[in-house]
Amino acid sequence: MALSTSSAITLNVNGEKRTLPVDHRTTLLDALREHLDLTGTKKGCDQGQCGACTVLLDGRRAVACLQLAVAAEGRAITTIEGVADGERLHPVQQAFLDLDGYQCGYCTPGQICSAIAVIEEHAAGWPSAATTDVRPEAGVPPLTADEIRERMSGNLCRCGAYVSIVQAVAQAAEAEQAPFSGPVDRVDTANTEVGA
Amino acid sequence: MTTATGTTAPTGAVGAAHTRVEGLAKVTGAARYAGDIPYTELAHGWLVLSTIARGRIGSVESAPVLAMPGVLAVLHHGNAPRVDGDYTGPLGPPDPILQVFQHDRVPFAGWPVALVVAETPEQAREAAEALVVHYDEEPHDVAFHAGNPRSYTPEGPQAETSKGDLDAELAASAVAVDAEYTTPEEHHNPMEPHAAMARWDSGRLEVVDTNQGSKFVADELAKLFSLDPASVRVRSEHVGGAFGAKGTRPHQVLAVMAATALHRPVRVVMTRRQMFSLIGYRSPTAQRVRLGADADGRLRALDHAADCRTSTVYEFIERSADYGRSMYDADAHHTVNRVVPLDVPTPTWMRAPGEAPGSFALESALDELAEKCGIDPIALRARNEPDAGPVSGLPFSSRNLLACFEEGARRFGWADRDPRPGLRREGRWLVGTGTASATFPVLVAPSTAAVTAEADGTFTVRITAADVGTGARTALTQIAADALEVAPERIRMKIADSDFGPAMIAGGSMGTRSWGWAVTAAACELREQLALGGAIPPQGITVRSDTTKDLATLTAKERYSFGAQFAEVAVDVTSGEVRVRRMLGVFAAGRIINPLTARSQLIGGMIWGLSMALHEEAVRDEASGGLVGADLAGYHIAANADVPLIEADWVDDPDADDPVGIKGIGEIGIVGAAAAIANAVWHATGVRHRDLPIRPDRVLLAGTTAGAEPAYGEVETPGVEGASGVEGAPGAEGASGGDRDA
Repeated sequence: MALSTSSAITLNVNGEKRTLPVDHRTTLLDALREHLDLTGTKKGCDQGQCGACTVLLDGRRAVACLQLAVAAEGRAITTIEGVADGERLHPVQQAFLDLDGYQCGYCTPGQICSAIAVIEEHAAGWPSAATTDVRPEAGVPPLTADEIRERMSGNLCRCGAYVSIVQAVAQAAEAEQAPFSGPVDRVDTANTEVGA
Repeated sequence: MTTATGTTAPTGAVGAAHTRVEGLAKVTGAARYAGDIPYTELAHGWLVLSTIARGRIGSVESAPVLAMPGVLAVLHHGNAPRVDGDYTGPLGPPDPILQVFQHDRVPFAGWPVALVVAETPEQAREAAEALVVHYDEEPHDVAFHAGNPRSYTPEGPQAETSKGDLDAELAASAVAVDAEYTTPEEHHNPMEPHAAMARWDSGRLEVVDTNQGSKFVADELAKLFSLDPASVRVRSEHVGGAFGAKGTRPHQVLAVMAATALHRPVRVVMTRRQMFSLIGYRSPTAQRVRLGADADGRLRALDHAADCRTSTVYEFIERSADYGRSMYDADAHHTVNRVVPLDVPTPTWMRAPGEAPGSFALESALDELAEKCGIDPIALRARNEPDAGPVSGLPFSSRNLLACFEEGARRFGWADRDPRPGLRREGRWLVGTGTASATFPVLVAPSTAAVTAEADGTFTVRITAADVGTGARTALTQIAADALEVAPERIRMKIADSDFGPAMIAGGSMGTRSWGWAVTAAACELREQLALGGAIPPQGITVRSDTTKDLATLTAKERYSFGAQFAEVAVDVTSGEVRVRRMLGVFAAGRIINPLTARSQLIGGMIWGLSMALHEEAVRDEASGGLVGADLAGYHIAANADVPLIEADWVDDPDADDPVGIKGIGEIGIVGAAAAIANAVWHATGVRHRDLPIRPDRVLLAGTTAGAEPAYGEVETPGVEGASGVEGAPGAEGASGGDRDA
């Protein structure tokens, strides 16, 4: 009896239900990139070592290259294309833009998704290896530069934008305490596209 | 464009901080890189690389793989189209790895032997992994070490320089240093893997790629496939890092071969592991430095002999010994680069080729000389400032090295430094500081540009520049705005399309200078035309420039950027771990176009230096000839937690011979950074580390053989002290670490 090697699955991506046929070998990363045209999620190593493909699965960060697409059914998937509030950038995106938290930009979507989850993990009281006092009664530790560096270390950046990434995450964490500020200045991106 | 300063003056864009023109596209995921663009009927190519390090391909068992679902073709040396590699491009003859599948010889592990093309990436990958290739294996040799009898001095005037009587000056010197330094095989590892899509469209070959120069790649593809250059178009809108690795590589050639054979678009993407043998890398080096000086530190003798390694199919020289030719003078001055061919992949340019490893050796040796003379390392460098090029005798266009040291020393707090090593202890940490010089050549190459005044009042600039993360697109927008005397918001910058004509590649820290010159020339002429008045027709008014003639008038000078690197490190005597606590780099690198992105680029270079000093090392297995752990887990590049607050700044240093004052900043950030860290490790521990990276095991071993190191001085056996010193130390988890080397 021949076993089927593909299935039709429904993925919940950025709040939208998307039904697609996938080869069972297809990773969530390739499903996003090759089937759903959500290419903001990048492939840097395809083996869980660089963090470029970081997305949010049910609100927690995960590397999409180590997740099979068929196993992501029923989970809330948020990619870089889904983190802004319409025209308004997420505070993490705005901070990366303002503080130059990138150079080539290839690791940037993963860095931003990771940072969004870092701020939430920290606010929820999750300790890290950099947390000096992990006793429950110690409460939420301050989000120091060392905390950010430790928590963001799953996302490699070969250009070496770490210094401004740390500053951007710190600024965004502060901004998230306050409601979103005004709409972002839109940049003309028409000349940065390569049409197919 | 948003600006960090919030001001948009009609002129004065150059020198003001501007966020990146393509910044919004990058933070929203909208920026499409080469592997991100969908095409109808796109087929996927997957490379198969040799598993042997030397020999011949016996057979490629294609038939079973062709029967697998979705497989469209298996290309290999038995059926691939012929290509012509008999040409010389702007960077010399092509690396033979571009003549893919033209013969059955395997010159190194990881040589391309087949390409499997299939309907989906999953099918292509499985078929590629299932493809059986038989080899006739031959013995290989990949062992690189100093003094290999097969080493030779390459031909050409740049291999060796010599003046004065070295032996006599060394003999007459009151103080001498004679030391060997090594740096390991290092890999670029841009975050974006190499990717190329090729297709034929209305009789033209179209390639969407990630490269450092689209015209350069287009011309190479035209030569390889014997095509009219006008019939090849290469675009590379966004590039996810390059660092020297993104010229023409096998993936573009293979995409063209497959698209031609299958009559449909084909994309070839390298895996991270494949990149370790296909895109080039930095050769390991073994360098001997001999310095002789008077008691006051004035150099009488400087000898720098650098060995590197290349493949058996192409001679690439890592010119480490070039570093001293512009930096320090001596009565007797000798530098030579030697090379040994082995059964390894061909190395290539990698950020500050030559200067990065060369500065590690020579700037470490200078620190050793300062120690022996008992004078401050900065004072030693000041004492040896040359009036003219040490080898050439030519005047410097500008040389603001000491201004960098002055400003850097002030900000770093260097004056308070106790020069004695091994004295500063914080719990289990030994703390020290170090410094080093930096330099990088200032070069420029001919480029063309077109600037169009549009009827709607905007301006369109077209130039085959590449923005590999440098911020070139934004810097050129600022340059064009000033030349046209309009606000940057009125400039539309179009780059990275070979149809825009010849231009320098993004390399050698020459990109923005070369392109800026061409953009300025066209924009100034257009502004003069517009000043005459008259309406702008619907198609606009376009002025083109070509800087070839302008550049020919540049007089011969020593043209360099300079810098002063400072680092503070802490060395854990229980684990051997070295942590960089802070770094400061102050540079004299021409006029800074965009302080926001320039600071990012300089700091990025310094992080490369940190990574080189402490982490990066590709280990080649002599038995297999391949690398051990060729991926981002086995090859460690600095992660966020490795990097402290690093500051980069600059002194005023506009280049008088450049229309915009540019020198170039892409590479100088890495130069000298590893030496500053190694010198700081000596200051912390009293132990010289002459082999990179400074791994924990090397630090611990150096500690246990302290008796053999006269400079070890004040430090007691680390383990003994560490056990007690660990208490109360920041970050200390317990005293158990103190047992490690007791």
